[in-house]
Amino acid sequence: MVGSTNQRTNLATVMLIQDSNADHVSESFADRHASTYRTLRLYARTFRRNTSAMFGLAIVVVFLVVAAIGPWIVPFPEDATGAVHLDIKLQPPDSTHWFGTDEVGNDIFTRVVLGTRTTLQIACIVTGVAMLIGVPLGMIAGLVGGWVQEAIMRVTDVFLSVPGLVLAIAIVGALGPGIVNAMLALSLVWWPGYVRLVQAKTLALKNEIYVQAAYSIGASKLRIVFIHILPNCTSPIIVKASMDMGMAILGAASLGFLGLGAQPPFPEWGAMISIARTYLPDWWWYSFFPGLAISLTVLGFNLLGDGLRDILDPKHRD
Amino acid sequence: MGRFIIKRLFLMAFMLIGLLAITFVISHIAPTDPAALAAGPDADTEMIERYRLEYGLDQPVYVQFGNYLTRLMNGNWGTSILTTRAVADDLLLYFPNTFELVVFSIGIAILLGIPLGVTAAVLQNTWADHTIRILTVSGVAMPMFWLGLMTQLYFALYLGWFPLGGRMNMMTDPPDPITNLLIVDSILRGEFGTTAEALTHIVLPAVALCFPALASIIRVNRAEMLETLKQDYIINAMAHGISMVRIVSVYALKNAMLPTMAMIGLRFGWMLGGTVLVETVFDWPGIGLYAVQATISSDFEPIMGATIVLGGFFMFTNLIIDLVYAWLDPRIRGQI
Repeated sequence: MVGSTNQRTNLATVMLIQDSNADHVSESFADRHASTYRTLRLYARTFRRNTSAMFGLAIVVVFLVVAAIGPWIVPFPEDATGAVHLDIKLQPPDSTHWFGTDEVGNDIFTRVVLGTRTTLQIACIVTGVAMLIGVPLGMIAGLVGGWVQEAIMRVTDVFLSVPGLVLAIAIVGALGPGIVNAMLALSLVWWPGYVRLVQAKTLALKNEIYVQAAYSIGASKLRIVFIHILPNCTSPIIVKASMDMGMAILGAASLGFLGLGAQPPFPEWGAMISIARTYLPDWWWYSFFPGLAISLTVLGFNLLGDGLRDILDPKHRD
Repeated sequence: MGRFIIKRLFLMAFMLIGLLAITFVISHIAPTDPAALAAGPDADTEMIERYRLEYGLDQPVYVQFGNYLTRLMNGNWGTSILTTRAVADDLLLYFPNTFELVVFSIGIAILLGIPLGVTAAVLQNTWADHTIRILTVSGVAMPMFWLGLMTQLYFALYLGWFPLGGRMNMMTDPPDPITNLLIVDSILRGEFGTTAEALTHIVLPAVALCFPALASIIRVNRAEMLETLKQDYIINAMAHGISMVRIVSVYALKNAMLPTMAMIGLRFGWMLGGTVLVETVFDWPGIGLYAVQATISSDFEPIMGATIVLGGFFMFTNLIIDLVYAWLDPRIRGQI
């Protein structure tokens, strides 16, 4: 039974090869990448069936769209750059000011919407820098081994042995508060996670038969890294990056809240809450809406990351 | 086991030196000249140079690092500009408050997390499971400081059930210190009024702090329970007609507890990062608040001191987790 199936597949493959040799010229892009299409279709189907992942994707898409077109849709664009309208300060939410106004009469809805751009920037830069440092280091550690691996992994361990936020605060303390320094500090505490992930994955891949085979037919180390190892590391990296976007947003907002990140009147959600805090409880809407924005965005990225893990990691696929 | 502990202790000593190296490097990446900073804003060039010589700041970096280590070993952790006290004394004063908060918070997370995780697993794909899942995913997504502010708003200001913040009322005298843990001390001294007061003050910050840990504990416990409930020995127990309650609570939970334990330990360490936020929101006189206030006023020595204490405590908890894990899991126990 099994044998016959195998034979049939082999036959089919042979025919396919002959086929593709025959109309070599007319072979379209779609034909050549048929298996890729099939995989992507499977991913899409699995993802679509996952309600919470679709919900996360929807939030992330809305977030990205708002970040892209924010400045053109907000009702009071000048309110993000430090305009002052003291006559309408601390108004509760109504039809003009959907989220109310703050202590200098700025429209909170405008500031929350424009905050998406800041937040997106922070999240991309922190995750991006962390990946740029962490992925190569992890791969070097996994491939080279020996004392290089020891050195890289022990430094990583030390970084992972302090709560990230605490270390970030110490770094910001040394560099001085501000949004750039906050991003720098968060990136500096974020990379060790990627080193661990990629090193473990590389170590496992190194002993795969196809990698050994590539070695034995004399493939160069660079070729093995870029053709065989890196592509196989991408799915765990993508999943981690999606989760980390959410965590980086939380981290940046936390630093902003502590007064160590973005400085007012810059429209950043954490910094807004840090000021709004002094206006509780009577002016609750001031801290409520930026916090809701953070929660929803982080929720979106987390659900998306969960969904991606379900489709990219066969172990999690039901 | 003895060899394992010794190995881990060596590793921890190495990690501590690594941590000190990081704080040392951080204190040297500051764009300002440390000598100029220490000499004060009014110092002229000559004074700054004298300071540089006196504090060995003209020496090579590795000598400076050696001096830094010796200084810390001798208990000289510098002076806080903000509190004008020795940093080591400040840390000793504030650490018990942070410790109390973290222990109380992880306690809440365990007491709620395990039953909820088991419930979600046993009632998989029912409304109970979905409700619990919504709770866990939103719990991780909400910024802790905002959650703290909102609980303050609702439970302290609107309902008036709990005090707004602080460790205890201004007017109350703390009990004479024995362990420096307020709740423990007040019980040992028999001042139960103070105990009650300390307990009402700790509830809100502990709840705000526990959410991410609670979510992870539920998640891991649910996943492990689902896995365990599929095992043959559980099906066998069911076939023998043993009650579901007994199967779940005795047979399955015990095996699902190992990964849950690991998660509890990990989260306990991570909470130390969260205390920075929660202590700021609730004016909790702990190390987190101390570190944040020092950072805002560019007060350097306390920041480094707090980082070292929090990092060291984090490493220590990791060590304990590994030991407990090795002790609980016979497969690991056999290997060491």
